[in-house]
Amino acid sequence: MLKIANISVTFNEGTLDEKKALNGINLELELGDFVTVIGSNGAGKSTLMNVISGNIPPDVGDVFIDGKQVVHFPEYKRSAFIGRVFQDPMAGTAPTMTIEENLAMAYSRNKRRKLKMGVTKKRKEMFRNHLKTLNLGLEDRLSAKVGLLSGGERQALSLLMATFTEPNILLLDEHTAALDPSRAELITSLTEKVVRESGLTTLMVTHNMQQALDLGNRLIMMDKGQIIFEAQGEAKQELTVERLMQEFQRIRGEQFGDDRAVLG
Amino acid sequence: MFISMFGAVESGVIYAIMALGVYLTFRVLDFPDLTVDGSFVTGAAVAALSIVNGVPPVLATIFALLAGFIAGCITGLLHTKGKVNALLSGILMMTALYSINLRILGQPTLSMLNESTVFTQLSSFWSMTGIDTALNGLLSTLGLERFPKTWGIVFVMLVVTIVIKFVTDYYLKTEVGLALRAIGDNKRMIRSLSANTDNLTIVGVGISNGLVALSGALIGQLGGFADVNMGIGMIVIGLASVIIGEALFGTKTIARATLAVIGGAIIYRIIVTLALRVDFLETGDMKMITAIIVIFALVGPRILQMRKEKKRRMLKRQQLSAESGGKNHA
Repeated sequence: MLKIANISVTFNEGTLDEKKALNGINLELELGDFVTVIGSNGAGKSTLMNVISGNIPPDVGDVFIDGKQVVHFPEYKRSAFIGRVFQDPMAGTAPTMTIEENLAMAYSRNKRRKLKMGVTKKRKEMFRNHLKTLNLGLEDRLSAKVGLLSGGERQALSLLMATFTEPNILLLDEHTAALDPSRAELITSLTEKVVRESGLTTLMVTHNMQQALDLGNRLIMMDKGQIIFEAQGEAKQELTVERLMQEFQRIRGEQFGDDRAVLG
Repeated sequence: MFISMFGAVESGVIYAIMALGVYLTFRVLDFPDLTVDGSFVTGAAVAALSIVNGVPPVLATIFALLAGFIAGCITGLLHTKGKVNALLSGILMMTALYSINLRILGQPTLSMLNESTVFTQLSSFWSMTGIDTALNGLLSTLGLERFPKTWGIVFVMLVVTIVIKFVTDYYLKTEVGLALRAIGDNKRMIRSLSANTDNLTIVGVGISNGLVALSGALIGQLGGFADVNMGIGMIVIGLASVIIGEALFGTKTIARATLAVIGGAIIYRIIVTLALRVDFLETGDMKMITAIIVIFALVGPRILQMRKEKKRRMLKRQQLSAESGGKNHA
């Protein structure tokens, strides 16, 4: 479903600040794969996300979505195939617009936007049904402005907006990191439920090791722009946070350095 | 007094179209577009030149709208594709338009006094309906002696402006319109929802300036001339209308906000007319009056809000001390 081939990204090439953010990354996600990504500071996790979404053009390498070469597509074109939830709960929704209007915009993601009403009776009914699955009571507040919602509610709405059109790829960029523990818990379980029910091909970056172990069928660990460790299926299920740290030390010969890492 | 008030409402309704354009960029797209000062004149100039050359007035007015649309699109292009700062791209376009407008006019002022305009056509049609006689008869029973030349312009323009308002309301609720609004609200998000923000911005600024030019073309025809300097300060007048309207009528929904903008434009004209009746004020003071009105409309509501909040807290405090007062002083 998603194939990343030999991607390299260098920032500030030829200056003292030169930084190899990604160094020849290869990764392939099968349909329905749920991959969690962990890594130390500056490992290139966010850059990888941005290369896939089209925010950052890679120096070399290819990105294929569903067999289609998309590396030259600008971000807005690629996002027809990609649902994305950002770390900042404010980033995924438009605050002065209503819940139904936000959902209508997400609904138009993989269609051509026309001069037809964005919110219709029929769509409202559909939005209501989708909102019910969140169990937050948002289905009764369709015409409330999103700016009035709490951070957790907004992130839940963002998650719904990113997933209910069933995109080819779902990108989750530390989407629970800015929430308090109970809200993060809620979003994590919603994520698990949504991905399980719709079988979306998902790539999730997280700082929470336990979350990376609990969710998904595959796990990759990145360091200095490379994928240094990978586990899937049963091998992943047997992993623990300690084992992960040991793996890192064995491969890199140094301590896992991530001041934001949550060891679980 | 009645005649000048009537004139204020009449031109206010036409300026409201310009204010709707300013609302689209300033509020919906969050794009402070200064092209307005130029595109307003472009509208008047294109209409005047076309009319003088024998183009039917309605068609001439449509040409004006298209010219404004193109000017706005260029500003949008500068900003999105050229990555020029929003304010600067407007200023650059406004400056360029000054020369372009002068070229279109061929001289600083082009008169349409002896030409047939949309309004002369409208007035002659309107006088056949006999509505004027009826209304003026009604006014004379109230003791008025001087009557407006025609009621036709104010009625028809009110209908035109309201139609533009409803079309705008509808447009902003369509799938395209929702994406347009999201640009001013959360650009990154709407891009991640597969909307081409560059093209939407270009079209949005284009539509805005199309409306501004339409308003300019109509104001030019109402006054019977197009002048290269008639657009100076137009953006501030547009902002004044938007801000006054919002302060007085609120912005709860799109339909409410656009109605507020139209109301704001008319009230602005009335305020200016009243101000000019004050003896020591001159025509030249108008810009300052405008600036003061805008400042007042911006700062006024905040001060009121702060006072209300202060009062509320005072009341709370008094209540609390009244409740515990007995115990403390016992």
